[in-house]
Amino acid sequence: MALNFLIQLLVNGLIIGLLYGVVAMSFVLIYKSSQVVNFAQGEFLLVGAWACWWLLAKFAIPFYLAFLLTLIFMIIFGILVQIIILKPLIGEPIISIIMVTIGLSIFFQAIMNWMFGVFTEPFPTIFNTESIKIFGLNVQTAYLMSGLISIFIMISFALFFKKSRLGLAMRATAFDQQAAQSLGVSIKQVFAAAWAISAMVSAVAGVVFGIVNGISSGIAFMGIKVFPAVILGGLDSVLGAILGGLAIGLLEHIAHYVDVQFLNVGNLIRIAPFYALIIILMIKPYGFFGTKDIERV
Amino acid sequence: MNLKNSRPCGDFRTSYFKDMSMFEDKKGFFLTCFGVFILSCSPLFLDSYLISLLIYIGFYAIAALGLNILVGFTGQISVGHAVFFGFGAFASAWLNNSFLIPVFFCIPLAAILTAFIGLLFGIPAARVKGLYLAIATLAAQFIMEDFFSRASWFTGGVDGASAEPLKIFGIFFDSDTKYFFIVLFWMVVSFIIATNILRTRDGRAFLAVRDHYLSAEMMGINLMKYRILSFGISSFFAGLGGALYGHYLNFVSIEEFNIQLSITFLAMIIIGGLGSIRGSMMGAAFMVLLPEIMDWLTRSLSGTSIDSALSLSEAIPFIKEASIGLVIILFLIFEPNGLAYRWGQIRAWFKLYPFSY
Repeated sequence: MALNFLIQLLVNGLIIGLLYGVVAMSFVLIYKSSQVVNFAQGEFLLVGAWACWWLLAKFAIPFYLAFLLTLIFMIIFGILVQIIILKPLIGEPIISIIMVTIGLSIFFQAIMNWMFGVFTEPFPTIFNTESIKIFGLNVQTAYLMSGLISIFIMISFALFFKKSRLGLAMRATAFDQQAAQSLGVSIKQVFAAAWAISAMVSAVAGVVFGIVNGISSGIAFMGIKVFPAVILGGLDSVLGAILGGLAIGLLEHIAHYVDVQFLNVGNLIRIAPFYALIIILMIKPYGFFGTKDIERV
Repeated sequence: MNLKNSRPCGDFRTSYFKDMSMFEDKKGFFLTCFGVFILSCSPLFLDSYLISLLIYIGFYAIAALGLNILVGFTGQISVGHAVFFGFGAFASAWLNNSFLIPVFFCIPLAAILTAFIGLLFGIPAARVKGLYLAIATLAAQFIMEDFFSRASWFTGGVDGASAEPLKIFGIFFDSDTKYFFIVLFWMVVSFIIATNILRTRDGRAFLAVRDHYLSAEMMGINLMKYRILSFGISSFFAGLGGALYGHYLNFVSIEEFNIQLSITFLAMIIIGGLGSIRGSMMGAAFMVLLPEIMDWLTRSLSGTSIDSALSLSEAIPFIKEASIGLVIILFLIFEPNGLAYRWGQIRAWFKLYPFSY
């Protein structure tokens, strides 16, 4: 029984971890290309999830159409946020950048609570079968789908950065902004693209999370859970973000298992990633894949 | 023409002594004394609701002052100030309930206890800086919140802790008008302490660490020491503010000291002005009054078509919250130097009027 429970938790951890990885990836994308630490990443998930829910509930359109419209909306949303809020702050000290994204997160959370209420709203059912049996384990269809979508996003990310022109321009900008600019890369476009893609990918994660657990302002907490993941993997490494997300997802579910089976302290699933964060910052502040800033403190 | 009363158009100082003085001139000193005097008379002509707002401004200003020393003067970003504020509140209640120390002594003792906790947190925090420090303090915020909910011997757990009202010589300071004087006293004391800390060698070392830590280190400033010290001093003020808060409400609940409050503190110092003592007070006043103004605005709109279209009256808590976020964004974009800077501009305008060049 205990073993079964552990395996179930590990599978859940893996799938949640994949989602963390996706969110962490979109966080790293913004940080890498425009050096902005986005504390409002969780609110991107929230806005995306609510937008999709609203389209489904209000107009009763098919899911894939609502999903597509949500993605288009989020692209515009991301670009607008970048142009209106972040652009005037280029070159400001880091505290200003951090605070403006924190301000954004408060603002959007309050607006979302205002528009859609504070209670958890379930997504309209999308799958007919509730769960599938794989190797004797009950895996919810929604979980399976979320895992598949996450892997799909990761692969398309890799392809985008390896093959496409814009992806190459973004990598060049992240590597050396001035050199990229002098070679004719439009930094403006790259920044806007980074925010648009990040918002879009976050929205996908938000919708998936909403299908699994229902939508509430709790989704925005994903944006905070992302910090342990990105610190573990290194702030400017996409691969690190994915692995970090997986590790944090597994870690919190293992912590939950230890908690339930042996310790009975409760709440460890929520708090364990932050202990991990502090420990990582103490021993390896640039994470496992991050670039080392060489300066001694 | 009477040259004696006319002031110079620039900022002239002819001796180091003048440069180091607490107030720019005698006028500043008298104006400050006058302001404190007016404030201490205010219970005579303000009703108890306005007095309670002033009390809130008081202890938030003390805590914001602490955060400003950390963020504005030393350049260390902390997103977990609320837990130190909360720690002060719990510590004061705990000292009073468990050791029966009179509340009057509990308040400074709690502040000192919080300062030690801050020093403890400062040791790992001194290793990281900038963005990494912000993330580390964010983690500390959640860990401490978790600690509050677990440590029922200290905080009373989910039930919260009860804090006795303050009592001196048999007089209970339990009403707003009476408690106001306690808060005013501590506020004046802490602002004097903070101003003086920044005039010492240590205070100048903070500024040096903020402005260019490498040069500061070369000039013989121990970075580690000053980073930790700044955490300690900042926590001292947070604890003081928190203790005053606890004994004002007579009840401390573990839910109050969440990330929202930490962000409000950060908003206070950004709006007031980073690295400005006066700004901490202005920012605290702004952030306390902002929800009231939003409340008043929504109420004055009630009954109109805008109200019925957006159902504003049900949305007051959300409007208040959204306004905090919006104000942070707007200030950072349009007035990143804060209210204190604007205040200086206005004063300069009057000083130089009508020939501003």
